Amino acid sequence: MDTLSVIRGVTKRFGETTALDDVSATIAAGRITGLVGADGAGKTTLVRLLAGLLLPDHGQITVCGHDSVTATDGLHAAIGYMPQRFGLYEDLSVAENLSLYAELRGLAPSSHRATFEHLLDFSGLTGFETRLAGRLSGGMKQKLGLACALIATPRLLLLDEPSVGVDPVSRRELWRMVHGLAEDGVGVLWSTAYLDEAERCHSVLLLDQGRLLRDGDPAAMTRHFEGRSFVVRGMTDKRATQSAARARADVTDALIQGAGVRLVMVENAAPPLASTLTDSPGATVKPAPPRFEDAFVALLEHRDAAIPPLPTWRPRGGGGITVEARGLTRRFGDFVAVDRVDFTMAAGEILGLLGPNGAGKSTTFRMLCGLLPPSAGEARTAGIDLARAAPEARQRLGYMSQKFSLYPDLSVRQNLNFFAGVYGLAGPRRRDAIARMIEVFGLGRMVDRNAGGLPLGFKQRLALAAAIMHGPDILFLDEPTSGVDPLVRREFWGHINAMAAEGVSVLVTTHFLDEAEYCDRIGIIHRGRMIALDAPDAIKAGIRSATLPDPSLEDAFVALVERADRRRES
Amino acid sequence: MNSRRLGALIRKETLQIIRDPSSIVIALVMPVILLLLFGYGVSLDTNNVRLAVVVENPAPAASSLVRAFADSPFFRVAELRHRAEAEHGMVTGRFKGIVVVPAAFAAQAGRADHAPIQILLDGADANTARLVRGYVEGVWSKWLAHEAGLRGHGLLSPVAVEPRVWFNPQLLSRDVLVPGLIAINMTLVGTLLTALVVAREWERGTMEAMIATPVSVAEILVGKLAPYFILGMAGMALSVVLGIALFQVPLRGSLWVLTAVSALFLIGALAMGLLISTVAKNQFVAGQIAIISAFLPAFMLSGFVFEPSSAPVWIELLSRIVAARYFVAILQTVFLAGDLWSVILPNCAALAAIAAVFLAVTLRRTHKRLE
Repeated sequence: MDTLSVIRGVTKRFGETTALDDVSATIAAGRITGLVGADGAGKTTLVRLLAGLLLPDHGQITVCGHDSVTATDGLHAAIGYMPQRFGLYEDLSVAENLSLYAELRGLAPSSHRATFEHLLDFSGLTGFETRLAGRLSGGMKQKLGLACALIATPRLLLLDEPSVGVDPVSRRELWRMVHGLAEDGVGVLWSTAYLDEAERCHSVLLLDQGRLLRDGDPAAMTRHFEGRSFVVRGMTDKRATQSAARARADVTDALIQGAGVRLVMVENAAPPLASTLTDSPGATVKPAPPRFEDAFVALLEHRDAAIPPLPTWRPRGGGGITVEARGLTRRFGDFVAVDRVDFTMAAGEILGLLGPNGAGKSTTFRMLCGLLPPSAGEARTAGIDLARAAPEARQRLGYMSQKFSLYPDLSVRQNLNFFAGVYGLAGPRRRDAIARMIEVFGLGRMVDRNAGGLPLGFKQRLALAAAIMHGPDILFLDEPTSGVDPLVRREFWGHINAMAAEGVSVLVTTHFLDEAEYCDRIGIIHRGRMIALDAPDAIKAGIRSATLPDPSLEDAFVALVERADRRRES
Repeated sequence: MNSRRLGALIRKETLQIIRDPSSIVIALVMPVILLLLFGYGVSLDTNNVRLAVVVENPAPAASSLVRAFADSPFFRVAELRHRAEAEHGMVTGRFKGIVVVPAAFAAQAGRADHAPIQILLDGADANTARLVRGYVEGVWSKWLAHEAGLRGHGLLSPVAVEPRVWFNPQLLSRDVLVPGLIAINMTLVGTLLTALVVAREWERGTMEAMIATPVSVAEILVGKLAPYFILGMAGMALSVVLGIALFQVPLRGSLWVLTAVSALFLIGALAMGLLISTVAKNQFVAGQIAIISAFLPAFMLSGFVFEPSSAPVWIELLSRIVAARYFVAILQTVFLAGDLWSVILPNCAALAAIAAVFLAVTLRRTHKRLE
């Protein structure tokens, strides 16, 4: 096994922040090395150091024998690099982008045509040569970005979060492409915040807050947890079971997965009896295969980031159907973004919306919040028709966007004060609401710090606090956990579950398929249509076959999207 | 420099220029608008000045003087009887000047030891006041000569002055303004064109991918300069054609000198834009810096409106690093005087030095790194 790159004792600081702290590792040829960690773990910094775009404060990096500081020219000739934003020229066509990078990387003119044909075929872009890059879908942009990085066959391919914002179908294709490259001897560094992707790598560098936690075979890391994971099934109230499991000292992790609850036990502990976790008589506890996430969570537990106990939270409460969409349609010119979507949500239900980028998730979401009027059909929230009385309906809903919508230059208290004012809370009601939010979300130590400087987990708590401080009956969450580490994500879902248990309805869009498993029901949106709406287990069961006896939610998603496309074509 | 890589970068930039017309607007539409706006709006000539002539006693001599003022193209004359009325008119801004022809005018007009008329000027706009005074005095001496001729004796003044104006015989300020204006426009166009394009690549993340390839810094810079140089020269040509065709500015020098000097100036302006873009990395900030650091000094310190040599020493010294100052001087010379090498060569040397400094600093400041 050839070593392509050696990272020796590398430290990188930006002002006060230490982005990378004494990291040493190697990257091998012909293998996919996963660079795994949450946002802010130091992934991008390491990739840029390897690309010679940043200089290390301490330590040394070599790529194919070229020092990243003194021999950048040789290094650049040996690598292919795809930054997070692809580096595509959006006003150039697919072919023009390819030909630009071919010249920049010094590909011999005689081999242009054959290479382009091969790469277009490889990336599934044949037939799109004259399309401007800006007009491609997210997945196609990603594949073109990869094709541009692959021109003149690099020895080391650096991919910075290539799967962010890409739907599961395109994600599978990207993986297929990258595996093919590794077989041809290319060394691939794939940085990601998705833990399920780590399992597909030959080797993993696990980063947390700038430190390298582990370096090795992900399967070996996972194997360490063999015999410690179990699934509880057959109970009526999965959230109560999850709470009961979390309260036990011998359970390190309890997660809702479809209708079941997945447990990870401390080392050498016996599986708990079903009767200790639920009153439902038919409940069973069965062993389950370990996952890479188990290993990651166990490693992170040593970090001193205490997860607060689940808060109690009492909304005004409603009951019955809280969100209702009837033939909901939205057109932009000739383009139908959302096409006759129907569904209803009951009080206390968590409904997940899944779909590729551009499928119509956000448009549906905005119509339900009353931010965008529908072209046809009806959206009712808390029984109020949004087309007629959006302000009244909005008072009863909370909204948290992916970007958190906080004012980074205001302190935690000032942010809460502002949002209380926006929701019309005044006098003692405002004081009570702010005090309760600070208590429930454990913001006490942070009240006078500016929101922009908070750790990601606290930022997320504050954003959620701002969205719910007026006691909404319905909560809209737009990709609330992208980029956060699994511990923060677990904590966040703890709050969401507690609110649902109190009768708040939650509508959430997500890209994480295991996050979709926490939902009561999921709706898959594809090309503006709702192609499936059911409980996660039922959706998985729907595509079960002899070749796929135990399909994952991702398998189901890919199969349903492909089936919908086939039906469309015929 | 690798010619294939450079060719690919220039081709890419050209395609972007064609598909995103904002650069074309900056290079071709903006100079036309500025030229029309300033060419018609700014004029240092004074015509049709409102002048009050107070005639206290309408004797024939006084009437003949009033007619002399009224016949001049510079004045629009209002004939009044009372001084107070005229003074009120000047306070309210109706008149720029007052000529008082006293009751005893006819009696005193012929005597050399006495000033028979009084001139009052609105000094709020010193420039106009000075012009008006000149015009009034001109009309007055002309009238005196005319009267003397009628009476049969010679001029009162022993010396006859016959003024001759060089380079701009009709004393049209527009002929001086338009070449200066073209220089100011090209400063803004040249700097703005490149100030936006490197910042755009940083904003869109394409620069990060590009600098991770074997491309060299020189190739990146030349790849940016070359297409915008051609675009900027097109804007220059358009301005020159417009100046000659629309404003009838003469071009007494040769076209090749004009082209060569413009090319030299444009390289400096484009290099300055590149430097701004490289430092700012943000289109909005780069655009603001370009306007403040290129357009304003060019307008105030280039000698286009204000003569730097009459400014305080430190401002005069400051104006020496403004490339537009040398370009204004060359353009005014080439347009109005011709290929006057003693003016063109030293100014060209200054332009070349400024361009070289900007190019060198830009080359030093551009790294294939993110920090």
